[in-house]
Amino acid sequence: MIPLEWYLALAAVLFCTGIFGVLTRRNAIGILMGIELMLNAANINLVAFARYMHPTILTGHIFAIFVITIAAAEAAVGLAIIISIYRNIELINVDKINVMKW
Amino acid sequence: MPFDLHSINLFDMGKQFVFTLTLQKISFLAVAFMTFASAVAVVTMKNIFHSLLFLVLTFLGVAGIYLLLSADFLAAVQVLVYIGAITVLIMFALMLTSKLMAKRVSQTMEQWIVALPVTLGILVVLIRLVVLNPWGMKAAPAGPTTGIIGTSLMTKYLLPFELASIVLLVAVVGAILLAKEDKSDDPS
Amino acid sequence: MCDFSKNIMELTWLIPVLPILAFGLILLTGRRGPGEGAYIGIAGIAASFLLSLAVTVITVASALGGHEFHPFTHSVVWATLGNIDVRMGFAVDQLTVMMLMVVTTVTLLVQVYSIGYMHGDPRYPRYYAYLSLFSAAMLSLVISDNLLLFYMSWELVGLASYLLIGFWFEKPSAMRAAKKAFIVTRLGDVGLFLGLIVLFWYTGTVNMQEMFAAVPSLMGTTLKIASVALPVLPLAGILLFAGAVGKSAQFPLHVWLPDAMEGPTPVSALIHAATMVAAGVYLVGRMYPVFAYEPHSITLTVVTVIGVTTAIMAATIATVQHDIKRVLAYSTISQLGYMMFGLGVGGYTAGLLHLMTHAFFKANLFLGSGSVIHGTGTQDMRQMGGLSKKMPTTYWTFLIATAALMGLPFTSGFFSKDEILLEAFHTSLPIFWLGLGAAFLTAFYMTRLVALTFWGEARDPSIHAHESPRVMTIPLIVLAVLSLVSGYIAWPSNNIFHHLVHFGDGAAVPFSWTVMLLATSAAFLGLGLGLALYLRPVISPSIFREKLPWAYNLLQNKFYFDEFYWAVLVVPLFWITKVLARFDARIVDGLVNGVGYATLGLSIAYSWFDRVVVDGIVNLVGGATRISGRVLRYGQTGVLQNYALVAFTGVLVLAWFYLFR
Repeated sequence: MIPLEWYLALAAVLFCTGIFGVLTRRNAIGILMGIELMLNAANINLVAFARYMHPTILTGHIFAIFVITIAAAEAAVGLAIIISIYRNIELINVDKINVMKW
Repeated sequence: MPFDLHSINLFDMGKQFVFTLTLQKISFLAVAFMTFASAVAVVTMKNIFHSLLFLVLTFLGVAGIYLLLSADFLAAVQVLVYIGAITVLIMFALMLTSKLMAKRVSQTMEQWIVALPVTLGILVVLIRLVVLNPWGMKAAPAGPTTGIIGTSLMTKYLLPFELASIVLLVAVVGAILLAKEDKSDDPS
Repeated sequence: MCDFSKNIMELTWLIPVLPILAFGLILLTGRRGPGEGAYIGIAGIAASFLLSLAVTVITVASALGGHEFHPFTHSVVWATLGNIDVRMGFAVDQLTVMMLMVVTTVTLLVQVYSIGYMHGDPRYPRYYAYLSLFSAAMLSLVISDNLLLFYMSWELVGLASYLLIGFWFEKPSAMRAAKKAFIVTRLGDVGLFLGLIVLFWYTGTVNMQEMFAAVPSLMGTTLKIASVALPVLPLAGILLFAGAVGKSAQFPLHVWLPDAMEGPTPVSALIHAATMVAAGVYLVGRMYPVFAYEPHSITLTVVTVIGVTTAIMAATIATVQHDIKRVLAYSTISQLGYMMFGLGVGGYTAGLLHLMTHAFFKANLFLGSGSVIHGTGTQDMRQMGGLSKKMPTTYWTFLIATAALMGLPFTSGFFSKDEILLEAFHTSLPIFWLGLGAAFLTAFYMTRLVALTFWGEARDPSIHAHESPRVMTIPLIVLAVLSLVSGYIAWPSNNIFHHLVHFGDGAAVPFSWTVMLLATSAAFLGLGLGLALYLRPVISPSIFREKLPWAYNLLQNKFYFDEFYWAVLVVPLFWITKVLARFDARIVDGLVNGVGYATLGLSIAYSWFDRVVVDGIVNLVGGATRISGRVLRYGQTGVLQNYALVAFTGVLVLAWFYLFR
């Protein structure tokens, strides 16, 4: 049987990769991809804990489903924002967008 | 110790039990490595479109992990929603903003030099937590999950379930409003 | 009870919720709503009606089913006070379903009727909103299983009544009537609330069933107030009854009900005849174990005396009034007194049966008078006459309801009134004779009313009466049928109603031909006298006024109750207020001004300190902030990811610090 720690370690690695993506990608779409990675890492944790704590209750699975739902909603809205920004200033490189100064 | 490979004993065919366990471990390591490698590729690729392809691979890897956790339903949802829907959505966004794809500029910001140690620091914190904490949990045999998930969604989690549908609806409406061309404000 | 029935019963909470939804919806849609809001209100109450019908069928079936009947209850924790859980919920028993049917039926019919009556009113949607609010409050009052929710609904129906009496608030009289109704009933409500507190204090619960269970243990308990020991049960009972006196317009708090006739006539039919004023009777019926902790308790005696006084007093006043609605209002007061003394003499079943039959025939009478007012444009009976040919439907339905109110044989009132008199006959003969007198007076003034309104020749040629539209006459017909037949569920030899609604072991008082014959002859005597005076004037109608002018004036002025209250309560109150105002102006204001001057002196001293010391410090802080801001602003790049990086660095530092130190 695979120890629980392995899953948690994989999730941690995946999460940190996501953080790195969020922090360093120039392209706003790249940032969204990083966020998706982080959400997936969280989901792995949820499912792993569900499997190792209460294999029959599956609360973790339910949570994971809701996280996926939120991720889908977030992707839709995020991408819409990106398209809107692109249409207005022809640019989606986040390091050139500095309107968050005010 | 997390990465303990001592129990691998591929050639002991007499002990069927040990063999299945080790096969599980091997497949976990393979899937985990694939997931990790493609995730790193996602955040480092120069071409954003290649990043997207690796993202698909990562999602597939996570689906594999779900299968190893005997979460069959979630694995299917992962493939359908992430690979089927979210990836396609990102692809559309990429195409609509495609002018940038042609430029061969670096897709990584200058602040990566700071970001990398911070990220590694967080990783160290997390891994230390994972290793130091005495989890002491053993997985019991598990059956198919779809039925149980369906029942709980329709009984105990009915309200959150309905709320989630409202959230999705709001997201759809919001996305349309945000992305639609605003003709009224445009004088030209 | 099968699962399906149980599911239906659990939906009982929807009965008041549906009208409140209609209320909200009408407020939101206003004139744009279907039928300008009328259809929403009707749909809400119709749904409640159907649900009530289902609940009633199930309850009656299970009560008649032979098994031991338990009220269906359901409640949730609403608040926790100390170690007492206050639960909110509903309880359904036979009494509840009777009230549910009465309230939903009459409300539904009145709402339909109002489509015609209120047609073209400038505040039409608001009218339906108020009606829906009222029905919601009334229905939650009926199904409530605890006194707290009961009290809240009680106040809410009072509010709805206030809003509807003052619906035409441009008229100063309507405005005054609304205020009067609200304040006078409030006097009784204080009693109800005190009674609630006393019961809660001694039983530790607001749930009615639990209170009733605790009643026997309170038998000897007394409450000491300044060395006067009051027995708790009569105290609580009389305080509760004070609430009923206010709401049901009993003597001496009856003065608000006749004035409440300033509201639209359907409102008078619904609130001030059939439902809300009956809530006081319902309160006594609901809390009956507290009242009848022993046979012929002090509380019941009080109820009886108040009830019979009211019945006689209001009936005498009704004989000389000229306004058609006022006659009916006094008749309502009198009939409510009837129910009260019915309950008081131990006729639990009889009083509540009369509540039901009275709701139907009095609603019918009010709606009929509304139809007359609609057709003639006046409320003064002296200007009417001869309407029977011009308004045949109104006339015939009115006649049926009148017969029921008089208690003529084989109408619904016959059964309920006889039962009350029967109970009185077995308990106390003086009460019985007084009740009989009230019955005689009732028959007389109703004959007078019908004769003046519908018979003879039209007295005012300028009025061109016309029959009301179908939407108004159909509710009248339905109510007339109910007025005729609703008494048959209490047929003496096979009394289903008594089987359903009874108190204690529920042995029915034996039927008595004497009582029935006496009651019937009293009714016919009144009828005969009325006919003799007004149909074929054998005796001149004005003989009473001429021979006994002082008595006539006394009645015409309603025993001078309003003037008495004005002189004894309102004028001294104004006087005290004036004295207090003067005290306020001289002494309190003087003190306040002194404090003001002292403050001014201190302020001058403080202001110097403020300018020199405090301002100096503030300026120092400001300067420091400005300099640091000049430096720190380079950190604000406006680039999202810089901020995110800082945030994650913070996470790292904090996590490291807390987890590994």
